[in-house]
Amino acid sequence: MNSPIAMANALSTNDLARSAADIIADARKASVRYDEKIVVAGHSSAIHVENVSKRFANHQALADVSLSFGAGQLTALLGPSGSGKTTLLRTIAGIEAPDKGRVLFGDEEVTWRPIRLRNVGFVFQNYALFEHLSVYDNVAFGLSVKKTPRAEISARVKELLERVELGNLAHRFPRELSGGQRQRVALARALAPKPRVLLLDEPFGALDARVRRELRTWLRKIHEEIHVTSILVTHDQEEAFATADRVVVMHDGKIEQVGTPAEIADHPATPFVRDFVEPRHATAR
Amino acid sequence: MTARAATNEALWVRVLLVVIALAFLTLFLFIPVGLVFGEALSDGLATYFAALTDPDAGAAIRLTLITAAIAVPLNVVFGLAAAWAITRHDFRGKGFLVAMIDLPFAISPVISGLVFVLLFGAAGIFGPMLAEADVHIVFAVPGIILATIFVTFPYVAREIIPTMAAKGRDQELAALTLGATGFQTFFRVTLPNARWALFHGVVLCTARAVGEFGAVSVVSGHIRGETNTVPLHIEVLYNEYQLTSAFAVATLLVLVALLTLVAKQAVSWLENRRVVA
Repeated sequence: MNSPIAMANALSTNDLARSAADIIADARKASVRYDEKIVVAGHSSAIHVENVSKRFANHQALADVSLSFGAGQLTALLGPSGSGKTTLLRTIAGIEAPDKGRVLFGDEEVTWRPIRLRNVGFVFQNYALFEHLSVYDNVAFGLSVKKTPRAEISARVKELLERVELGNLAHRFPRELSGGQRQRVALARALAPKPRVLLLDEPFGALDARVRRELRTWLRKIHEEIHVTSILVTHDQEEAFATADRVVVMHDGKIEQVGTPAEIADHPATPFVRDFVEPRHATAR
Repeated sequence: MTARAATNEALWVRVLLVVIALAFLTLFLFIPVGLVFGEALSDGLATYFAALTDPDAGAAIRLTLITAAIAVPLNVVFGLAAAWAITRHDFRGKGFLVAMIDLPFAISPVISGLVFVLLFGAAGIFGPMLAEADVHIVFAVPGIILATIFVTFPYVAREIIPTMAAKGRDQELAALTLGATGFQTFFRVTLPNARWALFHGVVLCTARAVGEFGAVSVVSGHIRGETNTVPLHIEVLYNEYQLTSAFAVATLLVLVALLTLVAKQAVSWLENRRVVA
């Protein structure tokens, strides 16, 4: 039971109530909507990764990866642990520097741009909320460091807290919230400075199966409202299929397949994808 | 026979342990501290306050406060810098740096003082240069401050490093992705997260800076009213058989110690309340 797949299965046993066919049907609908180039309101931009390689001590985390993320789309990076998906996400955020290759937001190269100038929203698996600040001040942080006028901050924070359904908890501290509530605060905080891209690193990994399902549905809903280019890192295929417009399957620092959830489920391109994705749906059908 | 929990020792074992602990504390703590106050007040309050208001005592108190006022802030800056480097970066020689921070704990304070005599004394490496510039370090106030900084520098660093290591980098990375500068990240995220550990370190550092004897004794030269700190002043009085005065001044150091304990307890209490709340 140690493989990521087994873990994903164990975590989402409850989800079997909702059949895999439904999930794929939903995903198909989503892919029809988003496969075409969409005109995105606002400043959200496409992300291009060109020939990126990254090596840690004795582990090749990314091997010559090239990939584009469509503007306004929600893309899932799916793969077992050690497949390089988190490294790719952190490289896009600027937390890791690639050994080779380029990262572009739209047509601007950002490979060497410092984290704070990239205008990315990042959601961590362990929330990384500021423990000494209230929910309100956590969400306001990204605005107040840019010297935004007080009234504007207040309006934006209130709007976001309403959107994540935490309007009545603004004065609580992170330690007084449940895991699901904390992650919603983290999402509101990441969205507050109106990021060009939203990066989510296993955002629901620390939550129990029921809350995971609630939050991913809700993440999809928020995404349909604001259409910011989003990348979701996950090892849970069901989470990837249920949330994303497009899924990128990674393995050993390389991309195995890119496609809509339906394409990946119906036509796995490599033996790895077949092994990683198929078993659940074979049994569920 | 009454039932007792499997984890409890027999009654006589518990009584014995408590008695041993209390006897030890009485012998080595309560009696000595009581004696200090007893001796200090043995000739009455007038003599007690006379010893404290003596000009030499006043000069010693002033010098001790100045020394602490310089050494503690510098060690706060050093401690934060060291903790930042050690918990947030990987570099060659990190293990060596961690070991070096403990050095003042490991070596005798006399050696700590002697190092500065060998560096800045008349016969020291920089001695002739300093003599030419008419700068006095050893047997003068700068030497006392240097020796105190050296002896007390581990306190702040050692308190903050575990806290900063435990909190990890994610909150700081979150601040950076939200557009905060390094400066804003430090003052709005890193420092508030380490504030209790920092306060704890400052309290211990201050206590040691005020009470340091060995290293300061070597570099001071014992010039009354000029280069005597409170601990050195006590020694001078004691050597001159002015026992009552010596103990009177010593009560100041005992009070500093008691204040330190109260401050430490208060911090632990505040910290726990914060976690539970």
